[in-house]
Amino acid sequence: MFKKTGGAPVRHPLIELTSVRTKEFLRETEALFWVFGFPLLLALALGFAFRSKPPDRIPVGVVDGPAARQRLQALAQSPALLPRLFSAQEGREALRRGKISLLIEGDAAPVYGYDPTRPDARTARVEADDALQTAAGRRNVFASQDLKVQEQGSRYIDFLVPGLLGMNLMGTGMWGMGFTIVNARMKKLLKRLVATPMRKSHYLIAQFLSRLIFLVLEVTILVAFGWIVFHVRVNGSIALLAFLCLLGGFTFSGVGLLVASRARTLEAVSGMMNLVMMPMWLCSGVFFSYERFPDSAKPLIRALPLTALNDALRGVMNDAAATTAILPQIAILLAWGLITFVAALKIFRWQ
Amino acid sequence: MDDLVVSCKGLRKYYADVKAVDGLDLSVIRGECFGLLGPNGAGKTTTIEILEGLTPANSGEVRVLGMSWSDDERELRERIGISLQETQLNEKLTVLETMRLFRSFYKSGLDPEELLRDLSLDEKRDARVGKLSGGQKQRLAVACALIGDPEVLFLDEPTTGLDPQSRLQLWEVVARFRAKQGTVLLTTHYMEEAERLCDRIAIVDHGHLIALGTPKELIARLEAPNVIEFTSDPIVAADALAEVSGFHGATRRGDGWLLRVDSLAVAVPQLIAIVERNGGRLGALSTHAATLEDLFVSLTGRELRDV
Repeated sequence: MFKKTGGAPVRHPLIELTSVRTKEFLRETEALFWVFGFPLLLALALGFAFRSKPPDRIPVGVVDGPAARQRLQALAQSPALLPRLFSAQEGREALRRGKISLLIEGDAAPVYGYDPTRPDARTARVEADDALQTAAGRRNVFASQDLKVQEQGSRYIDFLVPGLLGMNLMGTGMWGMGFTIVNARMKKLLKRLVATPMRKSHYLIAQFLSRLIFLVLEVTILVAFGWIVFHVRVNGSIALLAFLCLLGGFTFSGVGLLVASRARTLEAVSGMMNLVMMPMWLCSGVFFSYERFPDSAKPLIRALPLTALNDALRGVMNDAAATTAILPQIAILLAWGLITFVAALKIFRWQ
Repeated sequence: MDDLVVSCKGLRKYYADVKAVDGLDLSVIRGECFGLLGPNGAGKTTTIEILEGLTPANSGEVRVLGMSWSDDERELRERIGISLQETQLNEKLTVLETMRLFRSFYKSGLDPEELLRDLSLDEKRDARVGKLSGGQKQRLAVACALIGDPEVLFLDEPTTGLDPQSRLQLWEVVARFRAKQGTVLLTTHYMEEAERLCDRIAIVDHGHLIALGTPKELIARLEAPNVIEFTSDPIVAADALAEVSGFHGATRRGDGWLLRVDSLAVAVPQLIAIVERNGGRLGALSTHAATLEDLFVSLTGRELRDV
């Protein structure tokens, strides 16, 4: 009765806590999808939406009349335009509804109807006029050439994959820490644990270690997927990329820990998570470059951890950046990670 | 004072609008099973959690194994075992994984697989915690409290909501722990549990101690070994009941009374006569030997279970 020996040897609490957290996660099927499946689906959907293909032709309308047939023929020569024949009334209606970007009327000389605030309408105006003038016998003064920029590393998908990687590191880092901890707090699991001699730091470190295991998996899957399906290559050092992912995982685990350090309910922590993540989704250059924001906002945007991570990931993956080139970003990530971890430990609510 | 395992003096814990614990003095001696008995909301859980070092008190002194929570928390945690009220363990883990995890926190302790065998949980060792029955979960919670081989076991409502068989199994575990000189402090609102398990019982209500002693002493304090429970139409007036020989008090319950008396053979015929004299008709009538429940009723005018 109540024997002390026999059975397996007792393992270090850090190993037990990490293994338990990992098993718990593997047994949570929904969580597996959000960590591994969702980013892949997103990359696939966006990759197809923005895949490299000839630019769409702009629909333009030609009003029926004596010159209509000739005009249609001339416009069809342009690779940028998709001309169609309309009656005057139908044509105006189509233009008003945005079905076509440009309507060409007039007898001898064409009259262009379009909305000048629409870029594609202005393009259509220039392209159509060019096509009609050339068909009418205009001679070009010189023959210009086009140099189309579409090399690997500068396509949209090359921009997108590192952004998704950064976004995924943020999402799983924060949710992975926040959700589990608040859940454990709500169910009084934390309270039960602090009623044992367990060191509190062991618990939090184990959460982080377990995150790292999954982080390696999810990063590998996403990078391999981008490489195989979209030929998004890692032009820089793989080791540096791996280091950045670990650092990003650490940073966002810290932020997640801080967000979850006092929340009592899942609703509260969800709200706070979204509040923290939303500005970074929008501003940190996941889907489009933050260069479009006003100059005054840029220092602030660059100080956000996701911006630093995305910039560094793009540097390494697309531009083969060396460590020295991304030192500022590394410093920003380290600072965020350390400060949030320490702050979270200070104010953490165990019951 | 080597024998004093847990003690508190002048313990007070006030929440915004409730005095959960209001000046409580308790002392638990080595090797005994000490019960905190009281209705829900009496302050039992707050008291035991203060003693466990999980909730800070507003004022008062707490000593456990001669140490204080503020100075010796780490050592105390190694030497005590705790089962919280409705302990929630991680439902995704198996029983054995849970035991191994808890075992890893202690410098020395019991063997997880042996302990599961002792608690008749070895068949469930690979089952997920979420799939266990209420009684199995509760035994696992107690196993988590025992895994560090503690000197003192704190059990908060260990059998609340359990079926009678599970309750018996748990009582058996407590008895075995005590057989090796373990000290137990438990809370309960089941008077039969307190009577069966505890050497001494503190009855608490509204954060106050209202009675303390062995179960026998406490029941003796009623001065009436028997209780008659009856209903009548119309209800008999209180002063008429006092005419019964050996009368020690009465408490209203529903359409009738709980009457505490010396002898049933004397009191029952007299009671029937009193009801008839008042032109009433007797409804239900039953009798039982006095219990802690009756003591609580006589002390507070309320009942243990449903308050």
